[in-house]
Amino acid sequence: MSDDFILETRGLTKEFKGFVAVQNMSLKVQRGSIHALIGPNGAGKTTCFNLLTHFLEPTRGQILYNGREITGSNPANIARLGLVRSFQISAVFPHLSVLENVRIALQRKRGASFDFWRALRVLDGLNQQARELINAVGLAEYENTAAVELPYGRKRALEIATTLALDPEMMLLDEPTAGMAHQDVERISALIKKAAHNRTVLMVEHNLSVVEHLSDRITVLQRGEILAEGDYKSVSANPEVIQAYLGSGHG
Amino acid sequence: MPRSQKIALGVMFAFFLAAPLAVYPVFLMKAMCFALFACAFNLLIGFGGLLSFGHAMFLGTAGYATAHAAKVWGFAPEFAILFGTAAAALLGLVTGLLAIRRQGIYFAMITLALAQMIYFYYLQAPFTYGEDGIQAVPRGMLFGVIDLANIWAMYGTVMAVFFAGFLLIYRVIHSPFGQVLKAIRENEQRAISLGYDVTRYKLLAYLLSATLAGLAGATKALVFQLASLTDVHWSMSGEVVLMTLLGGLGTVFGPVVGAFIIITMENYLAQLGAWVTVVQGAIFVICVLTFRRGVVGELGNWLKKPL
Ligand SMILES: Nc1ncnc2c1ncn2[C@@H]1O[C@H](COP(=O)(O)OP(=O)(O)O)[C@@H](O)[C@H]1O
Ligand SMILES: [Mg+2]
Repeated sequence: MSDDFILETRGLTKEFKGFVAVQNMSLKVQRGSIHALIGPNGAGKTTCFNLLTHFLEPTRGQILYNGREITGSNPANIARLGLVRSFQISAVFPHLSVLENVRIALQRKRGASFDFWRALRVLDGLNQQARELINAVGLAEYENTAAVELPYGRKRALEIATTLALDPEMMLLDEPTAGMAHQDVERISALIKKAAHNRTVLMVEHNLSVVEHLSDRITVLQRGEILAEGDYKSVSANPEVIQAYLGSGHG
Repeated sequence: MPRSQKIALGVMFAFFLAAPLAVYPVFLMKAMCFALFACAFNLLIGFGGLLSFGHAMFLGTAGYATAHAAKVWGFAPEFAILFGTAAAALLGLVTGLLAIRRQGIYFAMITLALAQMIYFYYLQAPFTYGEDGIQAVPRGMLFGVIDLANIWAMYGTVMAVFFAGFLLIYRVIHSPFGQVLKAIRENEQRAISLGYDVTRYKLLAYLLSATLAGLAGATKALVFQLASLTDVHWSMSGEVVLMTLLGGLGTVFGPVVGAFIIITMENYLAQLGAWVTVVQGAIFVICVLTFRRGVVGELGNWLKKPL
């Protein structure tokens, strides 16, 4: 049955100088689902993402992706396997245009770009596809705007378009709606829903209505450990979870 | 190429074509060699975001290799230049593999340390003739027919090398590779998360920069018929930083202008002796405090056009 799980961790642990940020975490993410990772600030959610994509080296434990161990793989390799992450702080290429941002991702799918002797024109063939992705996230009118000039919510949309350009099998989204105005939150969550149509999404999210609306399954982390797991109804009724959220507040 | 850059390129070409009527050609050739050196350096820092503090090792190594090949082995000038450039490329590959994984100031420190080792090697090695340098390097016959002892033949050759190098750098910046390089400079973590092996891209940028810096050094050795310790000294590595910052980091034409200003200053302020360094230092401070984008950077910003 393990084939049903696209991602699995076994006893994943990360210690920072004696401080344990992620402890003995065994997580299973079902293929094709939207899985939410929630928990108070400092619970270890971002660290978990960093471990999964090898931006940080785990102290202990294993990570399996599509049944294959990727624990020691490097971050670029993991991305090429189809496990692509976003960042808690919006990650765009600030002085490239919206079109160029998306094209950088498409360019990678074209193969390694070591061709320093070719004119930029050879990338024009990717523009059509880039525009479709940009339209899909509602950025059509910003095509030639430098990413740095976009309002915050639009930057996140651009980031998702760039991630989607890789057509990843699985997306890791770290607080995709944090710091966003209400209408942006709705746009982004609709976008995630659409993107999840044919892929798996693991997301860290604080906005509980987004979590409720989107996720098939929820894992609650507290001080690096899994506190509870289940669907929204069972998790939100769990007294320990309520205690954790009321006890330390979230944000 | 945007219109503003086409115009600038035309102006630059016309300038180097006409300038020998008013200015010593040797001075102009020196300026072009340093301009190419600075452009190569700018490729690395301005577009790759990597600050090397040891670029003199490529200029100097290519100079020694070219001078030795031309003088001792009797290489024709085109092969002497090729050999010198290849030597710099090889050194670029070796030092690059050692340094490229370091970030920021650590990268600068490692390149500086490597360049110092190279310097002390050349100081001791017999073939460099230590303080004297390799002198009276024959310029030879280019392609067997053009006698480079003729100043105009030499001038034309330097101009051809400079413009070829300049246009190659332009192309690198505006290539699919250059696009990834910019992305890495802008947000390395994101580039990695999109699946780019950023180290390899940086290494290629470093290698190209080293090779083109070598081309400048090789050409310079033939122009002055000399390869000396000056070109491998750490102060030369500092000077190229100065040229690039003064002209405009990350601009296409900035390093050329910066190199020209510095070379002119050294030439006309030569009678001040050690004070040249002080004046240069002062200019550097003024530049950093008042026009951070450098001469060309500020101009481009004012015109709202890329230069
Ligand atoms: N690089 C690091 N070095 C030391 N401590 C870290 C590092 N990264 C995160 N931490 C600590 O690990 C804990 C979990 O952080 P994080 O994963 O960012 O939490 P979350 O994303 O759930 O808010 C925090 O206490 C944080 O201070
Ligand atoms: Mg976090």
